[in-house]
Amino acid sequence: MNELSLVHFVVLAVILFSLGLFCVVTRRNAIGILMGIELILNSANINYVAFARYGRGGYDGQLFAIFVIMLAAAEAAIGLAIVLGIYQRFETIDVEATDRLRG
Amino acid sequence: MTAPAKIQTSRRLSFGLRTRITAALALASAGTAIFVLLGADFLGVIQLFVYVGGILVLTLFAVMLTHRIDVRVSNRAVGRLPGLVVVGVVATWMIRVARAARWTEGQPGPPAATTAGIGDAFLGTYVLPFEVASVVLLAALIGAIVVSRKEVKG
Repeated sequence: MNELSLVHFVVLAVILFSLGLFCVVTRRNAIGILMGIELILNSANINYVAFARYGRGGYDGQLFAIFVIMLAAAEAAIGLAIVLGIYQRFETIDVEATDRLRG
Repeated sequence: MTAPAKIQTSRRLSFGLRTRITAALALASAGTAIFVLLGADFLGVIQLFVYVGGILVLTLFAVMLTHRIDVRVSNRAVGRLPGLVVVGVVATWMIRVARAARWTEGQPGPPAATTAGIGDAFLGTYVLPFEVASVVLLAALIGAIVVSRKEVKG
């Protein structure tokens, strides 16, 4: 297996997804959690494009990846706005400290 | 705040900021490189634009505006070991699914320019998702402004 094949990209996507999940699970910093989500979305994008290239061809995978990037940008904008709002109210971005709605 | 504490805080801040910028830049450039490697040149450029121009700048603003970073790395939500267990279970499951799947792997042709094809697809087959995406982006823009603006009293 000397040249690049689909397996390499799938393995890369699994590694990226695992790192992103680890980041999301273990962080308490809200900005760190958002960056972990970006990692997970990127791993999905790599899978989309890799399967589009090594599969039937065509542009469907790349179009889905563009939509995912668009949603990631929207999510980052909203998420960071929420983080800033939380910081203004609670003076911290620790997600464990923002428990005012806890019953 | 005493002087050593202040120095400590500023050092921690710059450290967090620098690692975060480096991570975001690495994410953008590595993603671009992988997409170009896969023959998706347009997507690579989009990734570079959106991540460097949009998400990196947004993250930078958020990190700098929430300047009092009192969440230490040691302050974990669930701890390193349970996190590793969760990640290990999920990764093992993904690898098992990927190994069990039988997908047909074709031989990719030489990389060609994709921009024209993507543009045709956006204004042809995928014109409805394209328009919905623009509405979603507008809603996100307005929502971000509404969420993050200061409340005006009275």
